[in-house]
Amino acid sequence: MTNQVPLVDYLVLGDDPHLVANECTACAARYFDRRNACAACGGIEFTRARLATTGEVRAFTIVAFAAPGIPVPFVAALIDCDGTSVRANLINVTPDAEHVRLGMKVKLATYPLGADDAGVEAVGFGFEPLG
Amino acid sequence: MASGDVWILGIHMTKFGKHADKDTVDLAAEAAMGALRDGGASMKEMGVLAAGNLMAASAGIGQQLQKQIGQTGIPVYNVANACATGATALRVAYMAVKSGEADMGLAVGVEKLAGAGLLAGGARKQDAKTWTPRGRYGAVAPVDGRVGTETMPGVFAQIGMEYGHRYGGTSFELFARISEKNHAHSTLNPLAAYQKRFTVEEIMNDVMIAYPNTRPMCSANCDGAAAAVVVGDAKLKSLDPDQRRRAVKISASVLTTDPWEEACQVLPNVNTLTRNAARQAYEKASVGPEDLDLVELHDCFATAELVHYDNLMLCAEGGAVDLFQSGATWRDGSTPVNVSGGLQSKGHPIAATGIANIWEVATHLRGEAGDRQVQGARVGLAHVIGLGSACGVHILERAAA
Repeated sequence: MTNQVPLVDYLVLGDDPHLVANECTACAARYFDRRNACAACGGIEFTRARLATTGEVRAFTIVAFAAPGIPVPFVAALIDCDGTSVRANLINVTPDAEHVRLGMKVKLATYPLGADDAGVEAVGFGFEPLG
Repeated sequence: MASGDVWILGIHMTKFGKHADKDTVDLAAEAAMGALRDGGASMKEMGVLAAGNLMAASAGIGQQLQKQIGQTGIPVYNVANACATGATALRVAYMAVKSGEADMGLAVGVEKLAGAGLLAGGARKQDAKTWTPRGRYGAVAPVDGRVGTETMPGVFAQIGMEYGHRYGGTSFELFARISEKNHAHSTLNPLAAYQKRFTVEEIMNDVMIAYPNTRPMCSANCDGAAAAVVVGDAKLKSLDPDQRRRAVKISASVLTTDPWEEACQVLPNVNTLTRNAARQAYEKASVGPEDLDLVELHDCFATAELVHYDNLMLCAEGGAVDLFQSGATWRDGSTPVNVSGGLQSKGHPIAATGIANIWEVATHLRGEAGDRQVQGARVGLAHVIGLGSACGVHILERAAA
């Protein structure tokens, strides 16, 4: 599937989709965005570190009212993936307080965003209930 | 003998709400002239002007204001620090006086926000014709709504939920009850944008914005301004007894930002920088949380108020739910919080907020708060958070005499 592109560059596609972080080689602080230097220690070298694909929901909200053009409702969450905090939507779950719970176990899942004019498909990610 | 203390000599806030017939400069002028009148001072005596207006941060509100109320050639600092803009302006004037560069200074915060909808995020742009990675995340399409939420009600909802996950005891109803308290308080504040009492059921059944925050649990966008005149100890001693009697001491003025923490890279952490600011403020003022007669804290959402009970150390760590359920934070409780009605009902004209909360505390310390007066108030604390983040904490004390 070479004609796929990830929504963000820290999502790695393929047979085993996962997230990667830019990890400071000096202090191991992790970032999803490009950094000029490490905000924790000032180090300037980073390596790519693979994240666990499962985690636990540490906080969530069900957004019912968003900016124009954003479909609602959706569940925004903070997920603890083995010690690394990840911001993501919860997907493949009914977006209400009955089905989404603090502490629930989730795993990474991908979904297609659609193809562009060149026929390339963008792929997004979220976390879905485990099991 | 000068102790180096800095005092609030005069302070004023406009009515918060819709001011269709007034522009930003009108509101700033009303607040500034009100503060000067309240302090018995004039523009000619001001050695510095610090001014904030977040929504038009590049417009030079300070100079625009001078043209209406007095061009004296003094230095102007136009400041912008998200929702901490007002507190930042006050602190700039405070630092100028504290350092001895000015005898007196004026700080002003103003915002025209009535009718504004959701802040931050913005309408989603259409996806591009070809997926091209852009920005620091290499995103090929807008991420708000696809990778979590950028809206303030959603961000602060998660902040409250995270507290619940860590310590337990939170629920939709608990957060709604915090909002019930602040709306009840607002009925005694004639300057509040909204003075309507709601039942818990009404709050929970209102329009859901971002679970668990319904509409009345969100800060109210509105117009308003607030201003303060600060004066140094030595200068204050030369003023007349009435001015000295009503002066309110700034026992601590602190501004902090985020220290690096793992999770604050993903979801703003409003806890650590608030806790750091509070700790510094208590130490500088030589007072403890138990000494506070009232607190105005940044309840931009009901979910935020809960975590700040803990951050400001009004309770033991993890004890915010118990503190609220004890009734302590109601106006007749042991530590009244947001007797003004808070941002949910008084309103949140962003840059004005960090001075308006100082006005509220100062008005109680002067014994001039009318029907909502906290009896015998001697020490109070005002707190704001601007996401990004910046946290301002001021501790105020009544004049000794």
